[in-house]
Amino acid sequence: MTEMIATRDGFGNELVELGKTNDKILVFSGDLEDATRAEYFKKAYPARFFNLGITEQDVVGTAAGASTLGFVTFATSFAVFLTNRAYDQIRMDVCYNNCNVKVVCSHAGLTVGQDGASAQCLEDFAIMRVLPNIRVICPVDNIEVCKATRTIVAENGPIYMRTSRAPLPVITQQSDPFVIGKANVMRDGKDVAIIACGIMVSESLAAAEILKGQGIDARVINMHTIKPIDKDAIIAAAKETGAVVTAEEHQMYGGLGSAVVEVLAQHQPVPVEMVAVADSFGESGTPEELLKAYHLKDVDIAQAVRKVIKRKK
Amino acid sequence: MPQAPDIQALKQKAFEFRKEILETLNLAGSGHPGGSLSAVEIMVALYFYKMQHRPTDPKWEDRDRMIVSKGHVSPVVYVTLANAGYFPKEELKRFRKMGSFLQGHVHVKTPGVEFNTGSLGHGLSVANGIAIGAKLLKKSFRTFCLMGDGELQEGSVWEAAMTAAHHKLDNVCAIVDYNQVQENGLISDIKNLEPLTTKWQSFGWHVLSVDGHDLSVLIAALDQAQATKDKPTVIIANTLKGKGVKFMELQAGWHGKAPNTQQLKDALEILERV
Ligand SMILES: Cc1ncc(C[n+]2csc(CCOP(=O)(O)OP(=O)(O)O)c2C)c(N)n1
Ligand SMILES: [Mg+2]
Repeated sequence: MTEMIATRDGFGNELVELGKTNDKILVFSGDLEDATRAEYFKKAYPARFFNLGITEQDVVGTAAGASTLGFVTFATSFAVFLTNRAYDQIRMDVCYNNCNVKVVCSHAGLTVGQDGASAQCLEDFAIMRVLPNIRVICPVDNIEVCKATRTIVAENGPIYMRTSRAPLPVITQQSDPFVIGKANVMRDGKDVAIIACGIMVSESLAAAEILKGQGIDARVINMHTIKPIDKDAIIAAAKETGAVVTAEEHQMYGGLGSAVVEVLAQHQPVPVEMVAVADSFGESGTPEELLKAYHLKDVDIAQAVRKVIKRKK
Repeated sequence: MPQAPDIQALKQKAFEFRKEILETLNLAGSGHPGGSLSAVEIMVALYFYKMQHRPTDPKWEDRDRMIVSKGHVSPVVYVTLANAGYFPKEELKRFRKMGSFLQGHVHVKTPGVEFNTGSLGHGLSVANGIAIGAKLLKKSFRTFCLMGDGELQEGSVWEAAMTAAHHKLDNVCAIVDYNQVQENGLISDIKNLEPLTTKWQSFGWHVLSVDGHDLSVLIAALDQAQATKDKPTVIIANTLKGKGVKFMELQAGWHGKAPNTQQLKDALEILERV
C-alpha cells in the first residue's frame, strides 16, 4: 500500500525540524494554524509564532516588514485567503520590495472537499505566477514537501508554496533531487508527455498505466515548480514525444497548462490537451467525488492523451 | 409591526434548532457547530419575529434582506430556513453532500439565502450596498448582516462601518455574534476587540450591547434598531460559542468539527434549554 499523507502535514513537521537550528524563522498565521499545520511550529516555538487573527492583509504586510530585519518569514493561511484577499500586499510588500517572505498556503484545489467553493482555491498558480520576483511551487508528496520546505528557507526571496489538505500518495524517494525550477521525470515514455503537478501527478501515473494497456507509452513529468517553469524539460518532452497533456487541480486558464503552452508555442509547437477545471467554481463533496465530477481523474487524463495523439502529425 | 411575541414558543424553537443543528452536522461528518449554536437565538428572533419575509415566495421584492457574513455557520442558517418553510427539513440530511443545494458555506442555491459567503469580512459592505440601493428605490425593507466576532478583525469590516455611518444607513442592522472565540482560541488572546462598544460608537454607529441568548432582550433590541433614524445600528449579541452543549462551550476545538455519533448522543442528553 502506498502511504497517504497530506503535504500540509509534511510542511508543518519540517518547519519544526528547521526551527531547531534556525532561530530566524518566524511564522505568521491568519487564524488557520490548525488547518495549515503551522500550529506544530507554534507549539514548538511559541515566541516565534504569531496568530495575527483573521486579517490576511495584515499577516502578509507584517511578514514582509519582519523579513527586512533578516528573518525568514512565513505567511500562512488557506490559499484563497492569502492569494486573493492579500493580493495587493503580496504584490507590493512581498514581490515589489523583493522580501524574503514565504507564502505557504494549504487548502488549494477541489480536494478541500465539503467546505465547498468559497474555500477551494483554483486560481493561485495564475495570480501568483504573473507577479515578478516570486517563485511558485506545488510539492507532489510528503517527501517532496519536506525537501521543498528546507529549500525555500535556504533560498532568498519571495516564494509561494501550495500544500494539500487531502492525503496524497507518497510517490517519490528520499534520494530524488528537489531543485526549484527543475522538473522530475517520474516515468519515461516516447508517445506523449503528461506534465502535471500536485495530486495530478499520481493521477497521471495511473493514466499511464491505463494507456500502457492500450499500447501508448506515456512519459509523466512532475512539474513541481510552476515558476520558473522548466523550459528545457518541456521542450525536450515535446521534441521526443511530439504531444503534451497538462494536468492540474486548478482553473484551465493561467495555471500550469498555460505556463507549459507559453513555452511550447514559442519554442516547440506540438499538439496539447489541458486537463484542468473548466472555468467554474467548485462545490461541496468528497475529494474523490469532486475529482470525478470535474474530470480530473486518471481516466480523464487518459482520454486527453488519446485525443492529443490523434492530433499528432 | 409584528404581534407581541410568544417567548416560550420561541425558546422551544431555539431548543429544537440546537438539536437539529447537531444532528445535521453529525450526518454531514464535517461543518461548524460552535458559531452555529451561539447564533440560534439571533436567528430565531430575526426569522420568527423581526424579519418581513415570505418563505413561500423567497424572492418577494419587499422582503427584508439577511446577509450571513460568517458563511461557515450554514448549519444554523439552513435549520432556520427549513423550519421557516423555505424547503423541506428532509433536505438537511444532504448538507455538504455532493449535488445538494445545502453547500458547506451558505449559497444562493438554497431558497432563502440572499448571497454566497464564506470569506469573512465581506458581508457588511454587501449589506450597505443593498441599503443604499433600497433608499434610491424608496423601498422600506431593512438589511441585516450577521458577523462573527473574530470576523471583526478584518479591516474591511471597518471600511464598511464607515460607509454605513457616513451614508446614514439606518436601514442597516449589523449583528455581531460576540461568542468570544475564533478558530484557534479566544479573541482576547489572539487579537482583542475591546473596547468594542466604544469602537463602534466612535465609527458613528448606534450600539446596543445585549445578552444574545435572551430572546426578549434581542427582540427589544431589534425593535430599537428599527426605531433609530439617521444612523446604522449594531447589536452586539453577547453569546457563548457552542452555547447549549457544555462540552462545546468556549472550546475553539468545536469551531469546525462535527460531533460523531457518540458525541451527538452525549450532546443531546445534556442539551440545555436556554
Ligand atoms: C477571509 C477569511 N479568512 C479566514 C477564514 C477561515 N475561517 C473560517 S471561520 C473562522 C473563524 C471565525 O471566527 P468568528 O468570526 O468568531 O466566527 P464564529 O465564532 O461565529 O464561528 C476562520 C478563521 C475565512 N473563512 N475567511
Ligand atoms: Mg466567534
